[in-house]
Amino acid sequence: MSEVSFKIFRFDPEKDKKPYTAEFTVPTKSGMTVLDGLYYIQEHIDGSLAFRSSCRAGVCGSCAMHINGTYRLACETQISALNTKTVKIRPMAHLPVTKDLFVDMDPFWEKYKHIKPYLIPGDEPGEIERLQTPDERAHLDTIIDCILCGACFASCTVNNYDDEYLGPAALLKAQRFFSDSRDAAREERMELVDGEHGVWRCHTIFNCQEVCPKDIDVTGSIAVLKRHLTADRFSPSLKKH
Amino acid sequence: MRYHQVIVVGGGLAGLRAALELNKRNVKVAVVSKVHPLRSHSVEAQGGINAPLGNHPRGSHDSPELHAFDTVKGSDYLADQKSALRLTEDASERVREMEHWGVPFSRTTDGKIAQRPFGGAGFPRTCFASDKTGHVLLHTLYEQCVKYEQASERGEMVVYDEQIVTGLIVDDGVCHGVIVWDFQTGEIDVIKSEAVIFATGGAGRIFGKTTNALISTGLGMAIPYWAGIPIKDLEFVQFHPTTLFGTNILMTEGARGEGGFLLNNEGDRFLANYDDSSKAMEVAPRDIVARNMTREIMEGRGFEDEYLHLDLRHLGRDKILERLPGIRDLAMKFVHVDPIEAPVPVQPGMHYTMGGIDTNELGASRVPGFYAAGECGSVSVHGANRLGGNSMLETIVYGAIAGDSAAQYVLDGASGKTPDDTIFEDARKRELSRLDGMFTGAGEENPADIKDELEETMNRKCWVFREEKTLQEGIEKVEELLERYQNITLNSTGLRVNFDLLWALELGGNLAMAEVMIKGAARRKESRGSQFRTDFPTRDDDNWLHHTLAYYTNDGPRFDSSEVDLSIWEPKERKY
Ligand SMILES: Cc1cc2nc3c(=O)[nH]c(=O)nc-3n(C[C@H](O)[C@H](O)[C@H](O)COP(=O)(O)OP(=O)(O)OC[C@H]3O[C@@H](n4cnc5c(N)ncnc54)[C@H](O)[C@@H]3O)c2cc1C
Ligand code: SF4
Ligand code: FES
Repeated sequence: MSEVSFKIFRFDPEKDKKPYTAEFTVPTKSGMTVLDGLYYIQEHIDGSLAFRSSCRAGVCGSCAMHINGTYRLACETQISALNTKTVKIRPMAHLPVTKDLFVDMDPFWEKYKHIKPYLIPGDEPGEIERLQTPDERAHLDTIIDCILCGACFASCTVNNYDDEYLGPAALLKAQRFFSDSRDAAREERMELVDGEHGVWRCHTIFNCQEVCPKDIDVTGSIAVLKRHLTADRFSPSLKKH
Repeated sequence: MRYHQVIVVGGGLAGLRAALELNKRNVKVAVVSKVHPLRSHSVEAQGGINAPLGNHPRGSHDSPELHAFDTVKGSDYLADQKSALRLTEDASERVREMEHWGVPFSRTTDGKIAQRPFGGAGFPRTCFASDKTGHVLLHTLYEQCVKYEQASERGEMVVYDEQIVTGLIVDDGVCHGVIVWDFQTGEIDVIKSEAVIFATGGAGRIFGKTTNALISTGLGMAIPYWAGIPIKDLEFVQFHPTTLFGTNILMTEGARGEGGFLLNNEGDRFLANYDDSSKAMEVAPRDIVARNMTREIMEGRGFEDEYLHLDLRHLGRDKILERLPGIRDLAMKFVHVDPIEAPVPVQPGMHYTMGGIDTNELGASRVPGFYAAGECGSVSVHGANRLGGNSMLETIVYGAIAGDSAAQYVLDGASGKTPDDTIFEDARKRELSRLDGMFTGAGEENPADIKDELEETMNRKCWVFREEKTLQEGIEKVEELLERYQNITLNSTGLRVNFDLLWALELGGNLAMAEVMIKGAARRKESRGSQFRTDFPTRDDDNWLHHTLAYYTNDGPRFDSSEVDLSIWEPKERKY
């Protein structure tokens, strides 16, 4: 059996003066994931280690963390794929640490809630479903795969200096409704993402797109919103010519 | 002390749907969930949700009666028939309502909700959004909750996430609230209410080989059980035919619904060789397919004596990418197989608990003020075996019904009793000292070892094929583990963000439900639906056509039975 060393960021704000790195030796076997490794530590070495998980299948969004240089889901990252003897783990950035890898997600959810993340249709529904052609539905492909894990949010350098920036996930959600043929609140939602802490803060650095475990083009989605906002502003003057 | 008119425990599909119903009726409701609602197990559901919409040309004649009949037949006649009919009568309205709220269903060419074939129905009835149906349903329900949290025109709606319910407050036979552990602050608190709805999901983690999320434990069923509410039919466990070898992550039935093949190590579509699956082949009901797969593996026609092949290659790249992208992603990430190019290694795995907290057709338990809905409950619409696509349907139909019943109960003045405040304070103190006892216990047992042994025991002794001897061995082991659980020591103390304590509590729930399950399986001397007894290989309606009820006592479960509602269809042999 081979072994790897887990080097984990640890911090309990109620007990520790400052964060430190703890090292654990973990026996590995084939197919073992980083999440399995964290559980091995929690169950057999140090029961106080704190981290979130739920589905262990990369679909619930609980376990995003910084693993060997980038944000990933611990549950779908196999240790062997990291090709290393040392697994280095930090919690997500831009979110207060509650304990170890367990961060306070409230700021992330507040931004999500800000963009009115629900369908706002213009009509009353009839007896049957609203119709939507497969082509119209195709506009939602991949955007709706977002599991709100926060990896993009944590990787975004703009969040470093602007606490109020809505961040990639919330903007992606806005684009999800913007692109839905059944939604009628286009202008209302555009107002919410326009402005200083909205789409214009995005510097198109592509970090969010690179880290997204669902391979969503988050940066592209923000660009779509920008393009529409730009077109809306220009159109009156364009019409004159 | 916090107060809400109704507390919904659980932020999965059933809990959120119940909360929306209460909110619609202007009842003040709080959802309490141990994880953020979007991390609930429901988010994992893949294949789809049944409703007799008749949108598919081959299913245009569909009706609630046909759907209910398939459900009852699938249940091997153990479902309560009026409850099954209510499920299917409300189905189309509930599913369309989800569409109205924004669910991005896959569409037919004329823009309607698309439907695919699933086991146990003769034609396509399962509505879907590629293979991420649970994800989009849960996200949409949560979005609606956010909407009404923000809206002022309706009653109050609050979501408390990462707060764990550890006990019920039942006084003089009436439920008055819950005990809650705030995981982030470490506080133990009581929430007072007129009614409580449990929507805590299934208990898959009693087993090691399961498709369920790590958080799907028996605790949610054990809490009402310990408070005197019976557990119904827990011996009926659905084994899903196709789970990934190694992790038991689900490969949706939709993969077979779309035309996938099951092959043994001779490359043979072996389902053709068994009477009960030769006609429906890959879309025969799950219990049948899981048994025939297990036989193939036992008789040496599996790979490494462990798994078989799910072959999707002939569906072609486009169909796989359009209809099964999530499956492909999971197979590539977890077993490094691209289904476009190679067959996927699969084996049966524990998937669903048909039984659960005993309720009537309105979601009400025997204790006034206590309700249950979704996978933790047993109405019972699934009987001895549920059809794929019917459980998500149950969450939204019976979530709404339980919400409606609880609202009516509250608006009618609830129990009329106002207990003295001291009972809440006493309950809080008792809970604090119980948890404290878990830190100071003198024992040497590591709960993780007990957990591993429990999972292994249930995998081996309470699996697809069951018989007296192995069941008894399993019972002995579970009893031993229950004893050893009394001697656990936690190596992390304190109530703030303490996973050691959380997992120990979950384990306590798992042990309690494992005991009910395996003793119920040994007691039921027949084969019906998902329970196959090699020593009693046939269904025995004369002696066993009734529900199992298990009541908590200090000496283990006391078993009783209750009648099955057979008022619509007469039981027949179940043939496909
Ligand atoms: C991989 C997979 C795929 C599936 N696919 C399908 C499908 O295609 N079609 C279908 O019909 N069904 C499917 N099912 C079944 C279906 O997903 C579940 O039965 C259903 O989602 C259960 O929903 P629920 O609301 O009852 O519970 P869950 O979604 O499990 O939610 C339980 C909630 O209770 C909370 N909770 C639990 N205990 C406590 C406590 N003590 N205190 C506070 N909160 C607590 C949790 O936080 C969670 O929010 C699938 C199941 C699996 C495992
Ligand atoms: S866009 Fe991707 S990285 Fe961002 S929250 Fe959604 S799934 Fe996570
Ligand atoms: S545990 Fe759900 S995404 Fe990792």
